[in-house]
Amino acid sequence: MSRTFYDEMYDASGECRPHYREFARWLADTPQELLAQRRREADLLFHRAGITFTLYGDEQGTERLIPFDTIPRAIPMSEWRTVEKGCIQRVKALNMFLADLYHNQRIIKAGIVPAEQVLANEGYQIAMQGLDLHRDIYAHIAGVDLVRDGDGTYYVLEDNLRTPSGVSYMLEDRKMMMRLFPELFAAQRVAPIDHYPNLLLDTLKSSSPLDNPSVVVLTPGRFNSAYFEHAFLAREMGVELVEGADLFVRDDRVFMRTTAGPQPVDVIYRRLDDAFLDPLAFNPESMLGVPGLLAAYRSGNLVLANAIGTGVADDKSIYPYVGDMIRFYLDEEPILKNVPTWQCRKPEELSHVLANLPELVVKETQGSGGYGMLVGPAASAKEIETFRERLKARPEAYIAQPTLCLSTCPTFVEKGIAPRHIDLRPFVLSGRETRLVPGGLTRVALREGSLVVNSSQGGGTKDTWIVED
Amino acid sequence: MLSRTASELYWMSRYLERAENLARMLEVSYSLSLMPQDGRGDGLDELAMSLLSTGTLELYQERHGDLNAARMLHFFALDPDNQASIFSCLRAARINAHAVRGRITADIWENINATWLEMLNISSEGLGRYGISRFCEWVKERSHLFRGATYGTIMRGEAYSFIRLGTFIERADNTLRLLDSRYEMFGEESEEVSDLSARGYYQWSALLRALSSFEAYTEVYRGSPDARQISELLLLRADVPRSLRACMEELNHILSHLPGDNGRPAQRLAAELDARLRYTAIDEILDEGLHTWLTDFILLVRQLARAIHSSYLEAV
Repeated sequence: MSRTFYDEMYDASGECRPHYREFARWLADTPQELLAQRRREADLLFHRAGITFTLYGDEQGTERLIPFDTIPRAIPMSEWRTVEKGCIQRVKALNMFLADLYHNQRIIKAGIVPAEQVLANEGYQIAMQGLDLHRDIYAHIAGVDLVRDGDGTYYVLEDNLRTPSGVSYMLEDRKMMMRLFPELFAAQRVAPIDHYPNLLLDTLKSSSPLDNPSVVVLTPGRFNSAYFEHAFLAREMGVELVEGADLFVRDDRVFMRTTAGPQPVDVIYRRLDDAFLDPLAFNPESMLGVPGLLAAYRSGNLVLANAIGTGVADDKSIYPYVGDMIRFYLDEEPILKNVPTWQCRKPEELSHVLANLPELVVKETQGSGGYGMLVGPAASAKEIETFRERLKARPEAYIAQPTLCLSTCPTFVEKGIAPRHIDLRPFVLSGRETRLVPGGLTRVALREGSLVVNSSQGGGTKDTWIVED
Repeated sequence: MLSRTASELYWMSRYLERAENLARMLEVSYSLSLMPQDGRGDGLDELAMSLLSTGTLELYQERHGDLNAARMLHFFALDPDNQASIFSCLRAARINAHAVRGRITADIWENINATWLEMLNISSEGLGRYGISRFCEWVKERSHLFRGATYGTIMRGEAYSFIRLGTFIERADNTLRLLDSRYEMFGEESEEVSDLSARGYYQWSALLRALSSFEAYTEVYRGSPDARQISELLLLRADVPRSLRACMEELNHILSHLPGDNGRPAQRLAAELDARLRYTAIDEILDEGLHTWLTDFILLVRQLARAIHSSYLEAV
């Protein structure tokens, strides 16, 4: 991997890339004051609409705006086609992997994925063993995180198969751009994404064997960081947004409490982790879930999207095997690359990691949200030593990867326009077919030099354009 | 519709209606308190009446001791620790709306959210600088916007029904309380005070203005306000939008059109109260004693609110 950054808008000689030319022309013609004014307008509109997220550990429950940047991230259609195919291939293989794990475990028997890595994994749910799911789909909604290296090659950073979030920002960012800068959309063809909620509802409905199943979105409640998104999706799909206390189980069927009495529920798009779904089966302390839900699920009267136990497949210790899964189940070569990954559980790889810590990124296999990781080049000697001890104590809990030179995109910052690192999360829907809308959520690390794009760490978002070549 | 959703919608509109009612009451009390007073007081008893009719006199005295105009106005308008302040009502309405933002239109949600954000600004500026009349005007205006956004944008389904149930329960209660406390204020003298005295005139017209019925009164009776006619207007006339009768008629209408069988107790009570008002004459009420009658009816409205709760909002 090369060490230079790939700039999405300009090539190495400073020339504007073809798919950005319309935008660059517009930018040069548009007065700075107007841009600044529109950006203030965007902030105001986001605030007014309450498009916010809540920080964990913030006792005030303060709602924050996710900073929105008005310079879009553009991808030419021809390039997108490859990304799209790669995501579909990957999610198909991951779903087949999950079905296999909870049934015959052929991939373990074939010696491709070690048994202990699966069966001893926290994400593996015994309750799912032998259970047949409609269409064999486990991850109905998946978010695939992609980054680009110095030469512009796309790499999959991680697969999110539990409750991936951010799709509401993808849709709201587009709405905002169209509202603020309609002339940009008139000047070129940007592929539309507004039908996502429609596809999502179709996916959820097709996950049930019933003709016209009743669908709900299950949220942990208004204090959850992604509550805005839960409400947004329920509204856009026209289905009920429920909390655990709105549901109850009788005779292995789930009902919701309504003004006209109990109403049956067939499909739950749950935005609640496995451990909180059913206090009888998982965490007995949880007040968020529904007692008896697992029994209803196991009796086949209910579809959960995503299924219970998908976490085993997006675990960072399983990630290195996704390429092999694609070869094993689909008999194809992976279209998208994995980031080279050292598994600290393997002694020879651990010693390589320990010897090269200052150059590497070390992540917890169970971690998410940008917490609990070491970014070697940005860390102090003391932090590196602390991590070295942790690695030695529990090597199986960590993986390591080279520091990627994440691509950059011009971004409005205080000093004007400057390059900032970005990633991309397309959302893959699996139902009758596997598909996605053209685009995804582009997250941007607003601090200069920072590689961490998570909103909980001060990241922002950009509209993502798939532009006709 | 989910019982919880219905409950959040119902309370959202109750709190917004309450904020508007408080603003109306405060505006009138404040302007009356500025008038030359007979007897003691520096207009303080006018403001104290607001404490009485909202049941917050004790809380106020505990926290602030003596009656003081500036403190009392702050207590009603901006005090976040007074659950009955306008600030608290708008906060509660916003929390309810937030919980069901998927069930109300973007116009309604943005109206409530923007109201709350502006409330925070006003609160940091302080009532003294913002201006009391301007503040009351602002609250009423936000309330009009909420009603307009609701009327103009939401489907005529259950959400609309529960929003309106909350509005009319709150409004009925408010009309009864205001009439009762204004009447009580005259106390023993109420029979003797000539309604033509300046004091009587301002007191009664203040009540009418607080219930935005002053214009209606002049149009219907074409004379100076007196207790009998005011009671008739505010309790029994169906064409006055804040009258008890108008609220009851709406409540009965909404409840009788809700789907499902579990609402029987609430439907029956609403129909009964509506019929009672329809066939009651003002003299019967006055014969019974206005205060006694009002006290009884306040309890009946509370009973209806409870029936709505157990029939729809906490249903299994």
